[in-house]
Amino acid sequence: MEQVQQQVRQEIERAKEYLRNYDGEQVNLMEVCGTHTHEIFRLGIRSLLSPKIRLISGPGCPVCVTGADFIDEAVYLAKQGAIITTFGDLVRVPGTKQSLAEARADGADIRVVYAPVDALDLALQYPERQVVFLSVGFETTTPAECLAVKMAKEQGVRNFTLLTANKTMLQAYRAMANKNKLIFLYPGHVHAIIGTGICRELAEREGISGVVSGFTAYELLAAITVAVKKAQANEPFFVNAYPRVVSEEGSLAGKALMEEVMVPCSAYWRGIGVMEGSGLALSDAYAEFDARKRFAVPEMEGRENPACRCGEILQGKCLPPDCPLFGKACTPEHAVGACMVSGEGTCSAFYLYGNTTVEEKVL
Amino acid sequence: MNRETITLAMGAGGKQTAELIREVFQDKLKNELFTENDGAILPELSGRPVMSTDGFIVSPPFFSGGNIGKLSVCGSINDVACMGARPRYLSAAFVLEEGFLVAKLEEIVSAMAETAGEAGVRVVCGDTKVAGKGQVDGCFITTTCLGEMVVQEAPAGARAEEGDAVIVTGDIGRHRAAILLARDAYGIEADITSDCAPLWKPVEALCQAGIPLHVIRDATRGGVGTVLYEIAHQSSVGVQLEREAIPVQPAVHGICDLLGLDPLYLACEGRLVVVVPESEAERTVEILRAFPDCTGAARIGKITGGNTGRVTLLTEIGTQTYLPEPGNELLPRIC
Repeated sequence: MEQVQQQVRQEIERAKEYLRNYDGEQVNLMEVCGTHTHEIFRLGIRSLLSPKIRLISGPGCPVCVTGADFIDEAVYLAKQGAIITTFGDLVRVPGTKQSLAEARADGADIRVVYAPVDALDLALQYPERQVVFLSVGFETTTPAECLAVKMAKEQGVRNFTLLTANKTMLQAYRAMANKNKLIFLYPGHVHAIIGTGICRELAEREGISGVVSGFTAYELLAAITVAVKKAQANEPFFVNAYPRVVSEEGSLAGKALMEEVMVPCSAYWRGIGVMEGSGLALSDAYAEFDARKRFAVPEMEGRENPACRCGEILQGKCLPPDCPLFGKACTPEHAVGACMVSGEGTCSAFYLYGNTTVEEKVL
Repeated sequence: MNRETITLAMGAGGKQTAELIREVFQDKLKNELFTENDGAILPELSGRPVMSTDGFIVSPPFFSGGNIGKLSVCGSINDVACMGARPRYLSAAFVLEEGFLVAKLEEIVSAMAETAGEAGVRVVCGDTKVAGKGQVDGCFITTTCLGEMVVQEAPAGARAEEGDAVIVTGDIGRHRAAILLARDAYGIEADITSDCAPLWKPVEALCQAGIPLHVIRDATRGGVGTVLYEIAHQSSVGVQLEREAIPVQPAVHGICDLLGLDPLYLACEGRLVVVVPESEAERTVEILRAFPDCTGAARIGKITGGNTGRVTLLTEIGTQTYLPEPGNELLPRIC
């Protein structure tokens, strides 16, 4: 065990040295996943990189890419008397007029749950109330949401629905890659479900490069190092640097569940806009569990604060400190934009950990 | 007691109240200062009086390693100990929910008696109220501790100095982790016991050894990270931690990884942050480790002149980052 740790340490030192001294062509990496963003900040990895290596935080936090219209829909349903169940981060995302937290203060019944099946349990507990679960997330969380709906159907539960804003990564990769010359640090959790076949195809057929990365210090440094080294050949590439968790085919059970319960749809991404085939909605077989259909939710306008630059930040066009609201009107305690609300958001990472490095090195 | 559950009548001040006090409280907390009069008359203290009070509403009231009774005694005792004062006397006020099991109350009061005895503290007065079903959750306790100062200058949040060593008295975060498990909200099973413990004896040993105790804080709500930020602000200094020097039980690490938490923000109920001159750091750790509740004591960092008001971390890969300042994400009812 100690020998292994010793080896890992040596590898880390070697990677640090390479990344610090790299002096080749400029390499732009986009970490797509919010958990990557936060781990990179927590570990101080940005401070290790040569100025020739740029890390850009991408649109991989489900809360951040959720539009204000979705919050408006949830608030509408809450005001109709439904119990709204949600992951915690969504509660403080501003809607056009109100966040869910503000609606709760007004008397709406908003409850934070840790898993979609908890929302189903709540529906069983309150058969006289309608329980709506706010179904957001990428391929990592979607299977759990599909499972809850499947169970609800099997048990004949009549008072449980999903308000869906589920998203899939593939179209987002394409959209981002077309706008910038980027190498992706693919999110390990997403590809644990959907597999790496898709990354290989992106490299071979569309010239989009990337490396699947895990989440520990060692895994992140290894993935970044591989990406920079591979970039030198100036050819599209794909490497799975997280093979202990991610396989070529992914989770067959997870994929089968998603295919059974949901179908692709077009989806709105904050900052990117509407992309065809980038979302998932309940299939016809499960239409009765679609909150929009059951309650005929009217279309919402979804106006976001015009001064907020979350949209550009999500595309790597600017950094959080470039936004006039950052750290002033917009802080984690009083967030204006979704990227500050979410624990995985780029703005909150910049705010909490400081820009890149500590102001004074005490080392 | 011939009744199984707490009733509103038990809080009404009549015969049933007297019976409850006699059979549950006085029986277990018996000492000559705890009388049936309205107040306790106390002997003179041998140092300047120090007083602290704390309310406890933990949910659930029973958890691995303790219950709300033990917690309520430790909490106030440790607050007084942090002032360099010997805890002597305790008052306890209960708000009980109608229907709460008397057997559970007895267990809670027994734990209080045991913990107070262990710490050499006497419970000298108390109060009991009963609220209607649903108006409180089981049992709420407020304790007040009176102690006597044994040091010339009390340790204080504003007394940290550049170059001082930062020490914790054991592995961190276990209380909060134990409460999370006891709530059973995540379906996680792990063997974690709360660190809840009275800590006057180790503090007394440090005082007796003549160690200049600049700051002592118990790392309760918000955990060690929050306490260090308070010290950084109050003393206008920086705090530099070494991630790998911070003691954390592997099971606590596991829970943190699963739930995305940092052990530095998990509440402890039997852990102190102690700031002493660097020259005394080794001796401080050695003295602490002689006590069963402090065997994991460790030096985790130092006070710096730079980065005023901030806590920085030397990470496991040798970089330096800020520890995010705790915001408004406190989860309710852990103490």
